[in-house]
Amino acid sequence: MTALSENTRHFLIEVCKKYHNDEHELINVLHEAQDALGYLPVEVQHLIAGELNIPDARVYGVVTFYSFFTMVPKGKFDISICMGTACYVKGNELILDEFKRRLNIKVGGTTPDGVFTLTTLRCVGACSLAPVVSIGNKVFGNVTPLQVKKIIDEYMEKAEELH
Amino acid sequence: MKDLTITIDHATHKVKKGLTVLEAAQSVGIHIPSLCYMKLHDIDIENKPGGCRICVVEVKGRKNLVPSCCTEVEEGMEIQTHSMRVINARRTVMELILSNHPAECLTCAKAGDCELQVTADRLGIRELHYEGEKTQVRRGNSPAISRDPNKCILCRRCEMMCNDVQTVGCLGAVNRGFHSVVAPAFGKDLIDSVCTFCGQCVAVCPTGALTEIDESAKVVRALNDPSKTVIVQTAPAVRAALGEEFGNEPGTLVTGKMVAALKRLGFHYVFDTDFAADLTIMEEGTELLRRLKGYLAGDKSVKLPILTSCCPAWVNFFEHQFPDMLDIPSTARSPQQMFGAIAKTYFADLLKIDRKNLVVVSIMPCLAKKYERARPEFQQNGNPDVDVVLSTRELARLIKLCNIDLNSLPNEEFDQPLGESTGAGVLFGTTGGVIEAAVRTAYEVHTGKELPKLDFEELRGMDGLREATIDFDGLALKIGIAHGLGNARRLLEDIRSGKSQFHAIEIMSCPGGCIGGGGQPYHHGHVEILKKRQQAIYSEDSSKTVRKSHENPYIQALYNNFLGSPMSNLAHLLLHTHYFDKKY
Repeated sequence: MTALSENTRHFLIEVCKKYHNDEHELINVLHEAQDALGYLPVEVQHLIAGELNIPDARVYGVVTFYSFFTMVPKGKFDISICMGTACYVKGNELILDEFKRRLNIKVGGTTPDGVFTLTTLRCVGACSLAPVVSIGNKVFGNVTPLQVKKIIDEYMEKAEELH
Repeated sequence: MKDLTITIDHATHKVKKGLTVLEAAQSVGIHIPSLCYMKLHDIDIENKPGGCRICVVEVKGRKNLVPSCCTEVEEGMEIQTHSMRVINARRTVMELILSNHPAECLTCAKAGDCELQVTADRLGIRELHYEGEKTQVRRGNSPAISRDPNKCILCRRCEMMCNDVQTVGCLGAVNRGFHSVVAPAFGKDLIDSVCTFCGQCVAVCPTGALTEIDESAKVVRALNDPSKTVIVQTAPAVRAALGEEFGNEPGTLVTGKMVAALKRLGFHYVFDTDFAADLTIMEEGTELLRRLKGYLAGDKSVKLPILTSCCPAWVNFFEHQFPDMLDIPSTARSPQQMFGAIAKTYFADLLKIDRKNLVVVSIMPCLAKKYERARPEFQQNGNPDVDVVLSTRELARLIKLCNIDLNSLPNEEFDQPLGESTGAGVLFGTTGGVIEAAVRTAYEVHTGKELPKLDFEELRGMDGLREATIDFDGLALKIGIAHGLGNARRLLEDIRSGKSQFHAIEIMSCPGGCIGGGGQPYHHGHVEILKKRQQAIYSEDSSKTVRKSHENPYIQALYNNFLGSPMSNLAHLLLHTHYFDKKY
């Protein structure tokens, strides 16, 4: 295991403290950790387990159970393709395939430049707009395969602006 | 408790309130099949996640079938345990479980002892109607335990043992749905995890997903190598359980037949770990008295309580989880390692052979012993003090492999000089036994008087945590006993916080002590088996003429001719050890 930076350690200890080092708050602690760090590497999980006085296996079990949590760094933009029933029957698999082809990554993967991560999820509650793609808080409705390139280009520009 | 009137399979029964449907049925002689469910009565071990759904029954007035393992009986309940609907549901559930189970029964280490196999047979599954993707997870090996997650049915018994009973926290559920697997954290192997190798996961696994690493081939090879002298030591708890593998009632002592079988297998000398247990008492008892004297004299550098150190899983546990307290356990090695050290020095010298040509085999009720023997500190220039460890189960298989009928053998005697033991030595096989053996010797050494009575009933029993005060001629010696690592943790936390009042504590990792070890014949959830084995240990003790370790004439000779005195320099070198901080 590689050592965490002093800042990260301090941050995680404070987060655990905020939740009274209560093991039942594990999911909240993990949420805050991932929000801040982008992902939950082994060292982070190990430290949290120690702070909450629970086995590593319990933390790892929760992290691997919920698809929201990730152990690999995510890109700046998380492209989530809805695979709920409505979006699925409206052809979101084609949209997913188009994203995979254009970004050249698999589901769960991140582009080498660290800009995009591609994930699938089940229903964002916008079935009338199916098929739906969401990036961050933004929801794209009635997406067609032709729009995929446009969406990618739009966010590439944003990524460059952020630089 | 109040009785309830219920009907099961159209017959009316009075059953106790508070029982589950499964237990109520059991109490009237109806055995509902189950897989994930397991309960060891009296020692608070229970697994009922209600996950497998094999134990479903039909209850009048309820729309769905209910899992009988986690449904309580109610007044007037009408239960059917074998209606058409129930049988069909059970068979479907079983077929679905089997649709993701490798059909390797012929070559599986669990063949014949597999609860999945037995239950499938009982349900009359002769054809599989479902076929689909199968779990493909990497198998994991370690010095002691083999994991094959592809054979796992996710009953979670191992997880319950590892987390709730042992509080080791090594195994947990990883991923979800079809990809679920019970594994150590972060995809690590057991050897890189907090696993203590206690083997209790193996002891309760219903399938072949968790088994021991079988090393019997190494023994066969050694026995067939003319350049080797092969000797064997047998742990106390083995003789109280080996017979079960040959159809004997639990609790049948097979000491003499076991010795005869080992001689038929070709071992040149058949020795007894009980001898080394007596030796342990000499060393550990002396250490206890020294620490006690120093403590009572006000020496602040002396720490009490002293903790026993015979159990290798327990050693692993405190090295991982209580590294701040490494100076509290006794420094005495376990009987297995004391035997190995004496065999490869004292006995090899007697035979005038190089230790490299002496192969020491242990028969142990334990899987952690496999790990212990491989520890680097128990080797000399790469040659281990103990070369191979076989579990009780592996020995049974080896005996069968070599066409030996254990039951028809005569009773034979252990060889000398490492085969003579006292009743105290055999007590090491059960919870409470090590401390009882230690008390017998420490009392007489400390007081200079003979014990009026040797049986210390107050130290015996099956409660997970026990305590007793023994009068050492005016000195009230406070003794604690824990079996199961979760109970041990409670005592350790008391010591850490300064609450502990004990002078000496015995700890064994497995429920019941070594008689319930991870290498013993499978108990399949029947706690009575453990109790019968415990009784067998006590009856072997009381049948011995010499019952105090310090009166063992071969132990006296070992000190006179070789070691000098307990805790001498040579004794320190060969019979004591040190511990490592394994927290990561």
